[in-house]
Amino acid sequence: MPSADSPSPQRPAEPRILPPRRWLPSAIWIIPALAALFALSLVIHALNQRGPAITVYFASAQGIEAGKTKVKFKDVEIGDVTELHLAPDRTRVQVRIELKKEAEGFAVEDSRFWVVRPRMAGSGVSGLETLLSGSYIGVDGGHSDKKSTEFTGLEVPPVIASDMPGRRFVLVARDIGSLDVGSPVFFRRIPVGHIESYALQPDGHSLFLSAFVKAPYDRFVTDGTRFWHASGVDLRLDAGGLKLNTQSLAAMLLGGVAFESPDGNIEAPEAAPATRFALAADHDSALKAPDGEAYPLVLRFHQTVRGLTIGAPVDFRGAELGQVRAITMAYDRETADFTPVVTVDVYPDRLDVVGADPKPLTDEQRQRRLVELVRRGLRAQLRTGNLVTGQLYVALDFFPNAPPVKLNPAAEPPELPTVPGDFEELYKQVQAILRKLDKVPLDAIGQNLHATMKHLDAMTARTDKEVLPELRDSLKEMRASMESLTAAMAGDAPLQQDTRQALKGLTEATRSLKRLTDSLDRQPESLLQGRKEQQ
Amino acid sequence: MSAAEAGLMACGHCGQIMEHRDGPIACPRCGGSVRPRKPASLSRTWALLLTAIILYVPANLLPIMETSSLLVTSRDTIIGGVVYFWHSGSPGLAALIFSVSILVPVLKMCILAILALTVQFGWPLDRRQCITLFHVIEFVGRWSMLDVFVVALMVGLVRFKGLAVIEAGPGAIAFGLVVALTMLATHSFDPRLIWDSPRRALG
Ligand SMILES: [Zn+2]
Repeated sequence: MPSADSPSPQRPAEPRILPPRRWLPSAIWIIPALAALFALSLVIHALNQRGPAITVYFASAQGIEAGKTKVKFKDVEIGDVTELHLAPDRTRVQVRIELKKEAEGFAVEDSRFWVVRPRMAGSGVSGLETLLSGSYIGVDGGHSDKKSTEFTGLEVPPVIASDMPGRRFVLVARDIGSLDVGSPVFFRRIPVGHIESYALQPDGHSLFLSAFVKAPYDRFVTDGTRFWHASGVDLRLDAGGLKLNTQSLAAMLLGGVAFESPDGNIEAPEAAPATRFALAADHDSALKAPDGEAYPLVLRFHQTVRGLTIGAPVDFRGAELGQVRAITMAYDRETADFTPVVTVDVYPDRLDVVGADPKPLTDEQRQRRLVELVRRGLRAQLRTGNLVTGQLYVALDFFPNAPPVKLNPAAEPPELPTVPGDFEELYKQVQAILRKLDKVPLDAIGQNLHATMKHLDAMTARTDKEVLPELRDSLKEMRASMESLTAAMAGDAPLQQDTRQALKGLTEATRSLKRLTDSLDRQPESLLQGRKEQQ
Repeated sequence: MSAAEAGLMACGHCGQIMEHRDGPIACPRCGGSVRPRKPASLSRTWALLLTAIILYVPANLLPIMETSSLLVTSRDTIIGGVVYFWHSGSPGLAALIFSVSILVPVLKMCILAILALTVQFGWPLDRRQCITLFHVIEFVGRWSMLDVFVVALMVGLVRFKGLAVIEAGPGAIAFGLVVALTMLATHSFDPRLIWDSPRRALG
């Protein structure tokens, strides 16, 4: 140390003592206290902001990032994706979402979540803004009172927000056509709703479409309303000229559904939500009188059904009553024969019967009516619809002369007796003739004929040799006789003269006899006295 | 043997050596206030250090930068930025940010805490090493503001209204406070206490 080493350190100057500062050293602790307060307020704030944590399952996590992806409702952020996991069964992804405090109400049972990403749907292009900003999770708040923290995310965004006023109806269709989720629903060509979803029925025969009709328009859907596919273009050429019918350009490209009430009576009772309607293929078939229930009939034809196809019409005096549903072959044990069995669907409602009885409602009534019709001669017959292709159709008609048939009332479906077709009848007659002809012993006849001919031949030869010369002689003799006869009959022939003289003599004799009888008549006494002279 | 033991003390401003007095005296050469030790140095250091530690939590949890471009708004925390750079192929940058923004402040606060504890409880640590540590945190302190500088720079540069805006988040403020507080805590720590304490403890 320098102070220790130096022998005579310089005395430091007398120090000037400064007054102590009026400052409390402990005041410095205000700073950490403030910081702690600040940190505490942050924690409290964060805890306050914290809403419920929910888990949503999606098929894939495309576009979702933990910590980045937001949950938005009406473009307001209401939560964040905090974690992203694969579900234990690896079929889905598990997205953990922390909702904000203000979005607590979204954690209820019927809330729906989906990923908003760009997509093309029937209603157009949506989610385009997410191309740049990245996907987010959209939510449609439910109204249920039951809280829930686990949700299954939708793969397609719902077309209709749950708070949109309107009603949903179920359309039953044979196929989806060009429809898709989001396809528009038209009423008088105004887009009034959308197809929300579709589901194939478990039996695979039909399709249920859920159609949403917005509020002011849903009252036009009545119980009598008809729905039809408005997809594509309806182009037809008829007596009225060329007619182009389409709902809109969008419907032309993307398909759609239109509805109309055929009577135009808006006053009809409004259809209840979830009412089922049949979806017709086009406008005309939609507005056609409803077919009513199909009434199956079994027809047993004792002839070939070649040319009859499934779907072939069932005709009643020109009106199409139904179509062929199935053609099978049945083996009849009693006759040991195969008979084609044709099942047809008949729609009796297609007949608009004037003054008819009320429609038969029960099966029994129907049965009775059918029995009555059969008694009056109703029969089914196969007829040729097209001579060139040999297409057949089933005709129903009355054949009063048909042999009476007893209808089996127990059969289900009932069996309608048949009569042979026109063509078949002709065929049968020809066949009968041929069969008779077949019985004629043509061989024997031929042989006999042959023998007869031979005999005739021999006879002819003999005639030539024997009979003809004799005949010639006879003829000569005959001619000679005739000539002599002619000569005898000639005027100057002695025979003639003799005859004439003989006749003259006979005339004289007759005259004298007459004179005698006359004189006797006048003078019968002369016979005794002799004749007196006249005075 | 220390100056205090020799009954001397030095002016902190000009180095003038004078007789040891307990109260504050004016330096005969420069007129500055001279005390044998910084008053309440340890408690000040503790208070500032504690504040820094408390603020370090929000500095890391709150977003340091808010970037709003046309459609995207992203908030990045320090750790988020490190992870982003690491994954986007800039591990060097990630390491730099990590060391400057996380490692250095933590290191600084740890060293300060060790020094303060040593003085407080008279831990028998090597005094020379303690002084080396003190020099390290003094030197490193001025570099730990890098994050704040980057944010300040970005905020100034990227400001196309409506297109892209970068704003300093609350985390940046907290982080800046942490850095400032650690510097202040370092400043208020009187290294001469290191030499006092073991002696006191021994004595
Ligand atoms: Zn001085």
